[in-house]
Amino acid sequence: MNTRLKAHAVKGWLWQGGVALAVAALFYWLSHNLSTNLAARGMEIDFGFLAQRAGFDIPFRLVAWDGSYPYGWALYVSGVNTLFASALIIVLASLLGLALALMRLSGNPLAAGTSRTIVEVVRNTPQLTQIVFFYIAVLQVLPPMRQSITWFGSMFLNVRGLYVPAPSGTAYDAILAATCAVVVLAAVFWRRLGWHEVPRLVVLPPVLVLGAIIAGVTANWDYPSLKGFNFTGGTRVPPELLALVLGIGVYTSVFIAEIIRAAIQGIHRGQGEAARSLGLSSSQAMFLVILPQALRILIPPLTSQYLNIIKSTTLGAAIAYPEVLQIFARTVLNQSGRAVEVMTLVLGVFLAVNLLASAAMNVWNRRLALQGR
Amino acid sequence: MRALTRHPLLRALFGTPGNAAITLLMLAGFAWALPPLFRWMLGDAVWEAPNRAACQAAGSGACWAFIRARFALFFYGVYPAPERWRVELGLLLLVVIGAGALFARRGRGWWLLVLLTVVPAAGAILLAGGLFGLAPVPTAQWGGLMLNVVISFVALGGAIPLGIALAFGRRSRYPVIRLLSVAMIEFWRGVPLLAVLFMGLILMPLFLPNGVTVDNLVRALVVMTLFTSAYMAETIRGGLQGVPNGQAEAAEALGMHHGQVQLLVILPQALRLSIPGIINIAVDLFKDTTLVSIVGLFDLMGVVTQSMKDPAWLGLAAEGYTFAAIVFFFACLVISLGGSLLERRFGEGSRR
Repeated sequence: MNTRLKAHAVKGWLWQGGVALAVAALFYWLSHNLSTNLAARGMEIDFGFLAQRAGFDIPFRLVAWDGSYPYGWALYVSGVNTLFASALIIVLASLLGLALALMRLSGNPLAAGTSRTIVEVVRNTPQLTQIVFFYIAVLQVLPPMRQSITWFGSMFLNVRGLYVPAPSGTAYDAILAATCAVVVLAAVFWRRLGWHEVPRLVVLPPVLVLGAIIAGVTANWDYPSLKGFNFTGGTRVPPELLALVLGIGVYTSVFIAEIIRAAIQGIHRGQGEAARSLGLSSSQAMFLVILPQALRILIPPLTSQYLNIIKSTTLGAAIAYPEVLQIFARTVLNQSGRAVEVMTLVLGVFLAVNLLASAAMNVWNRRLALQGR
Repeated sequence: MRALTRHPLLRALFGTPGNAAITLLMLAGFAWALPPLFRWMLGDAVWEAPNRAACQAAGSGACWAFIRARFALFFYGVYPAPERWRVELGLLLLVVIGAGALFARRGRGWWLLVLLTVVPAAGAILLAGGLFGLAPVPTAQWGGLMLNVVISFVALGGAIPLGIALAFGRRSRYPVIRLLSVAMIEFWRGVPLLAVLFMGLILMPLFLPNGVTVDNLVRALVVMTLFTSAYMAETIRGGLQGVPNGQAEAAEALGMHHGQVQLLVILPQALRLSIPGIINIAVDLFKDTTLVSIVGLFDLMGVVTQSMKDPAWLGLAAEGYTFAAIVFFFACLVISLGGSLLERRFGEGSRR
């Protein structure tokens, strides 16, 4: 028996050693080829180029940039663009998804049928087709500046993009920052503050909205206005960003709708009835019994949808939205010729974001699972 | 009258004030959105015209004449016209063998084996040519929907065995194998498909021996296969976890050794459990094949975008992309239907 066990262990080590050796050989072969190829071109792997002057323009940016900044800073600028687009898409997709799910669950056959049709049509057509459709077939056929589509006399949509009023001012910044900080801290320490009675989900979003309204009232608003051939003032949302947000937002919203629907239906029946028979009103049953439990099954698939959104923003490369892939794997690569370094950075950024998020997800999941049982 | 107001449909639509408001709101929305849409798509649409100017003169709706004029291009790309029968024959082969694997009462395993071995080989010979007196057609001339189908089929065919291997690897009791499998799976799941397609296009030649050139299509195929295999591995791993422990114990009690237990008892049951997941992956894969148009291959999306730059049909984006969306919608519907059929067929034995 003992010898058989030993033989088994030896076999195991042989297996592992063999596989490890094969993988090592593969990597050696690849890196050997790489160094030969690079040597033949008189190049070597060197990230020093990141400090060199970039000299190109980034048409849409939220942080400081001009041609004199180094390549490394372009990664930051485009990374902010990626995250900004992702944040907008996450908000849009969540709201639309919630609306579609509520329509589906409303019990009204007309609303449910419409929601179902939208979900089936959108999820069976490629994301890229939808983004390019919005970009080329909707936003590029808009009227020119002079004939802009106008809402409330302060928002203008034309072929150059969407012009919206821009808020500014120290009071505005301070109130907005304080509200966000309060909401985040409250969300994290909710239980430790002893507020078990009221669910976070009911209290915090209105607080956020209220804070935003107060901030908006105190802000100085800069309105866009047509001066000659161009708009001055306000902020321009470029059509690339609009198309990316609409395309990915609508596409992801139908998956989110299905996730929310499945989660609520998964809890609904018995739990809802039990809550009602204990004398809770139907909204109490929804917010205190069904939603907190639905949230538990909701969070993991929802997070993976949010991660998909971040990865999908790379499709901005198809319509030249200046996100990480477009700026780095296209512009910087073409200018510097540093293929290996550039692709390593791009893949590294996405890999890091995804691995961090899934690690956080696992922690969160374990906490929720422990509370449940 | 009372009987009518008690009709369940009416009650569901107008039963409560809230419901009545929703219904009226929806109806108003339909009245606002649907008539213009129908007018554009059908009522005022132009089906026959030599170019865009003639289209606009004939009607204010969609210019479907554009799609009709470019129909062959959208399906075959610039594949030489006299050789297109080869594409059709290949598709026929795929459909017949695929239908056989789905519907055959007996010998389904053989059909599947043919589908995964003979069909790819025959398809490659048919499409690429250069053998048996078939004129060679370089992959640069492949395009249109045919390219989407080829990429999906190859990537799926490659990803299933690779995914099975990775799924077993991730469950292996040997730490080295487990670690390597996890690293492989998490890498491909953590990066965007478009970024790795760029990587394949730009970096693959650098990692191969000097002088070896790889066709652009092959680069895309390799990346798509590896990318899909990581998702496949996770789906199949879910299936493996879903097989009750008793199955392995019973098989071991019958004297099977470890490999036999896994391959003959656990894997078939796990695959049956993973069919819905695999179908989802197939649908996603088929939609994602459009991304190759961004890295310079002319799949349906690429060909449509290219055709809109033709001076005769300049800027007919709405028509082109609507057509592409409709084609993909029905193709995905076919995959989903085939999938649910497959699920029912293979589920027969497990029904209680």
